Amino acid sequence: MITTFSFAKEEKHEGEGDIKTEIKEYINHHLLDSHDFSLTSYTNGAGEHKYIGFPLPVILWDNGLKIFSSSKFHHGESVAEVNGEYYTLFHNKVYKTDAAGTINLDDDHHPTNIKPIDFSITKNVFTIFLVGLLMFVMFSRMAKKYKTGSIPRGMGRFLEPIILYIRDDIAVPNIGEKKYKRYMPYLLTVFFFIWIINLLGLTPLGVNVTNNIAVTLALALITYFLTTFTANKNYWGHIFWMPGVPTPMKIILAPIELLGTIIKPFSLMIRLYANITAGHIVLMSIIGLMFIFKNWIGSSLSFGLAFALSLLELLVAALQAYIFTMLSALYFGSAVEEHHEDH
Amino acid sequence: MEKLINEFSIGLFFWQLVLFIGLVLLLRKFAWKPILDAVEKREDGIKDALDAAENAKLEMQNLQADNEKLLKEARAEREEMLKEAREMKNKMIEDAKTEASESAAKLVAQAQASIESEKKAAIADLKSQVANLSVEIAEKVVRTELSNKDKQLQLVETMLAEKSLK
Repeated sequence: MITTFSFAKEEKHEGEGDIKTEIKEYINHHLLDSHDFSLTSYTNGAGEHKYIGFPLPVILWDNGLKIFSSSKFHHGESVAEVNGEYYTLFHNKVYKTDAAGTINLDDDHHPTNIKPIDFSITKNVFTIFLVGLLMFVMFSRMAKKYKTGSIPRGMGRFLEPIILYIRDDIAVPNIGEKKYKRYMPYLLTVFFFIWIINLLGLTPLGVNVTNNIAVTLALALITYFLTTFTANKNYWGHIFWMPGVPTPMKIILAPIELLGTIIKPFSLMIRLYANITAGHIVLMSIIGLMFIFKNWIGSSLSFGLAFALSLLELLVAALQAYIFTMLSALYFGSAVEEHHEDH
Repeated sequence: MEKLINEFSIGLFFWQLVLFIGLVLLLRKFAWKPILDAVEKREDGIKDALDAAENAKLEMQNLQADNEKLLKEARAEREEMLKEAREMKNKMIEDAKTEASESAAKLVAQAQASIESEKKAAIADLKSQVANLSVEIAEKVVRTELSNKDKQLQLVETMLAEKSLK
């Protein structure tokens, strides 16, 4: 993972080993967030590296709010100067530096420079915002159509069965007929959000939102808080004072159960992150193989494999959204479960 | 794990949290609530319509059963009426018959009574005629045969014997 400072500059073009390194770096680069929205890059005849895309705003909290365009970084190739402070990019992260852009590395190749708190509208934030906007436009339009007639039209024909599926097969059986309504907005939003954003990750736009642990943590945390704050007495009773077991066991079980409430959303976070990250790494590695083989048998085999894997990833995109929604519903269900004596 | 922590971006976490919660709230107000309400309303409508259809069917069945019952009753009533009429007819015939026979008996009795009285009158008449005849005969006998005593007696004897024959 950690190579040299100039990993994005691609000074090497010769040798197979270099191609492998380049692919590896490209994959790592692809998996990371970035401060500008670049669709692709190329090296022109003059040896200059050109990017196709647009810069995004950088928002830093470093003794006051600092807002500037990411174009100042020139894709990590130069130092941005804002109000007398200098910032540079190292592995797509913003570090405070001096006018020369010095990055001090420790023994583990980690920079020791000060890291300002970064609230930038990065590529992922931008994508999240776009997806949110898309979902809002899509579903509010769908909702409007119901005002003129109760039969779904247009996009609603496709979306309504999914909404009904989430209601009838995820929310109602797991949460219960009486209380499922409270959780429906979250379950529906999280399902469509993860699904759409996973699908976007498969497009050549090169956006990967759900393979950021920060994103999955935020989602899992919402599930955790929703579970915790809507839980009833029965739920807490089962955690701190498990009914039906001897008292010493109750004392042993309480910390385990308490830990369990944290492990549940943690597993949600890791599952989504790991599945999408793994899918991207494997898919991109296989695509990378095409350039390593450089012959029509190997490359076309890689292509076929990449194609098959893409189809699988399409399934995974929906499956992960389903699993996240399903498990969230399950946790909500356990939080609002009514007391019954049979255990 | 170290890589994960290293990769963790507070900014992204913050934006995801803010944008996502905002999205949930916005969608809840403008999309999910109207959509789910509309769907629920429609489902209720369908359920009501189905129930109504079921009710109508039941009602129809009831109505048919009622009709059947009415028809049956009407048929029974007709039967009853016919039976009554028949009975009445029979009774009337019977009555007429008895009346007729009664009056006939009466007539016969009257006839018999008149015959009896006629007979009695006739007998009485006959008796008086016989008596007259006997007196006439006796006169004649007396006139012709009074000379002969024996013959007189004989005549009386004969006459008396004839008389008792009557």
